[in-house]
Amino acid sequence: MLSSYLTMAAILFCIGLYGALSKRNAVIVLMSVELMLNAVNLNLVAFSKYGAVPSLDGQIFSLFTISVAAAEVAVGVAILIALFRSRGTANVDEFDEMRR
Amino acid sequence: MDTVFSQYAWLVPVFPLAAFLILTAFGRGMKRSGPLVATIGSFAALVLSALILFEHMNGADEYNDSFTWIGIGGYSLTAGFDVTNLTALMLIVVSLVAFLVNVYSIGYMKDDERIAVFFGYVALFTFSMLGLVLADNLLTLYIFWELVGVCSFLLIGFWYQKPEAKAAAKKAFIVTRVGDVGLLIALLLLFWYMPDHDLSFAAIENVFGQSGLITEGITTLIAILIFVGAVGKSGQFPLHVWLPDAMEGPTPISALIHAATMVAAGVFLVARTFPIFEASQAALDTVAYVGAFTAIFAASIAIAQNDIKRILAYSTVSQLGYMMMAIGLGSVTAGMFHLFTHAFFKALLFLGAGSVIHAAHTQDIREMGGLGKSMKTTAWTFAIGALALAGIPPLSGFWSKDAILAEALHANPALFAVGIAAALLTAFYMSRLFFLVFAGKPKAGGAAHESPAVMTVPLIVLAVFAVFAGFVEMPFAGAGRLGEWLTGHAAEHEGTALVMLVSTAVGLLGIYLGWLIYVKGAIPRDAVTKRAPWLTRLLERKYYIDEIYHAVFTVSLRAIGRSLDAFDRHVVGGAVRLAGGAAVWTGRAATRMQNGQLQSYGLYVVIGLVILVAAIAGRRFW
Repeated sequence: MLSSYLTMAAILFCIGLYGALSKRNAVIVLMSVELMLNAVNLNLVAFSKYGAVPSLDGQIFSLFTISVAAAEVAVGVAILIALFRSRGTANVDEFDEMRR
Repeated sequence: MDTVFSQYAWLVPVFPLAAFLILTAFGRGMKRSGPLVATIGSFAALVLSALILFEHMNGADEYNDSFTWIGIGGYSLTAGFDVTNLTALMLIVVSLVAFLVNVYSIGYMKDDERIAVFFGYVALFTFSMLGLVLADNLLTLYIFWELVGVCSFLLIGFWYQKPEAKAAAKKAFIVTRVGDVGLLIALLLLFWYMPDHDLSFAAIENVFGQSGLITEGITTLIAILIFVGAVGKSGQFPLHVWLPDAMEGPTPISALIHAATMVAAGVFLVARTFPIFEASQAALDTVAYVGAFTAIFAASIAIAQNDIKRILAYSTVSQLGYMMMAIGLGSVTAGMFHLFTHAFFKALLFLGAGSVIHAAHTQDIREMGGLGKSMKTTAWTFAIGALALAGIPPLSGFWSKDAILAEALHANPALFAVGIAAALLTAFYMSRLFFLVFAGKPKAGGAAHESPAVMTVPLIVLAVFAVFAGFVEMPFAGAGRLGEWLTGHAAEHEGTALVMLVSTAVGLLGIYLGWLIYVKGAIPRDAVTKRAPWLTRLLERKYYIDEIYHAVFTVSLRAIGRSLDAFDRHVVGGAVRLAGGAAVWTGRAATRMQNGQLQSYGLYVVIGLVILVAAIAGRRFW
């Protein structure tokens, strides 16, 4: 059972990683990051149920992650809106200030 | 007897050193006063040297003083000075010639732009040479030995605008360096083998005076290596090639450095370390045979040369060979005696030649002639020098050459024959030189006139010495005085009437031959050239020694240098360029990676992670 959960999580994570690295729209990138976080959550829950030492810790931890992720998305979208207002675009290719 | 002045002997070199420092510091603004400063410095040295000499003539004790120069653990290097009768004699020779050359140069170099620099170099040389003479151990001597070499280099190349002078300076420096390496190795060997690593001359005399302390093989090796140093400095065969070329320097320099003092330093070195040579018959024989060969070899070249200074240069080489031969035959006295007289008459001849060149504006004796009428003082002083060199009694050269020949007759008749033959050649080339320059009809436009008094007075003083210097040691009255005074041993071999007769006859014969050919014309000048053109050619080209050295050493060394250069350029340099290029290339790649795109940074992180995971996983299957 565990391995199918882990495989599922790994696939989810790879999709999220692919999206985060290749999509140009910042909103989609944020969504992809969310996907990766959820893959991790899936792992945590799976281990708390089927791991070597099953306990509630994993589930509690995943609740924490979800709430922190919600806060992160709120901040991220806020920054994105601010950026969009000043630059007129949500395209991540345009944001290369770090080079300068 | 107590010493009064000898303990201040260290001041003798200090005077010229002070002059050198002043001239170096303020030389630019001292075009008129600079020469005076140097002359005063050398005069002070001369006065003190004379006082020391008188003191030692009255039987003063040897004086030695030294201080610890560098202390390394239990061992300490000392530097100090040594006033013996031998050094007192050398002091007066060096300081007197240096002073006269200084005076002479005031006239000779008067129009030169860099006159202050010139006098500074001369003062530096005087300092180094006096230091060399006074040094009480071999290491100190070696330092001054190198210093005089540097001064010689600087002064030969004084007119560095002339490419010949530049080449000659380099040649002199490099060729003497070959000899200096020998001396350095001898120094290291001595340091290794001497008890307590003591390099002082007193210790050398002690150790080598008693047999068995140092094996004979090592003794011979050390002696020969010291002699190699002397060969380089004193222009003995086969390292004589630099000395004739050194005549590119100003003529007073040729008189001071390349006739009277520095080139005699080699002879002085052998005399100073004579106990080492005395302990090894093989080394003594080497010195004697090299000296004798050089004497006749250089004299034969001098016959066919046409440059007045080159003739004198080869003559110097030949006379230095005489001195070496005398020392090799075991007579330091005869060698030093000849050094003493030779310093005066050869310096006189060079200064006279300078006066001639000054007036005739050429150095080629075929273009001169009849200068005797317009340059009376130069002519008769030159004649005295030439006669002294030819060994005509009662001039100084006769007595010293006689002492050497008497020594040779007693020890080795073959070398005696060589010495006589060289004396004949000497008399002949000197009469050829003298008659071509001063006799006959004027050729150089007749504009030649006598040099100013500042140049002729040193000539006269030197001429006086050239006449009378020989009387310090005569074969009859008070024979052996000089020998006893110099070396502490009683007279070695008294000159015999036979030697005196033969050498005088040979000298007169040489002069007569020269007179027959070049004045009377009884024998046509090209008599030899017609019969044996190869012989003239051989002598004119100086036995092709320069060409042989060029083919053997210069070409091969240059080839080695070129291949090393190629190695350096391509292999070593290539490696350096590769390392540099790799850094640049990496940097460029890294610059391209840093493009500000967050997504590509993420990609790099992923790639790095994959590599890391692959590496860790891969280790499992290793």
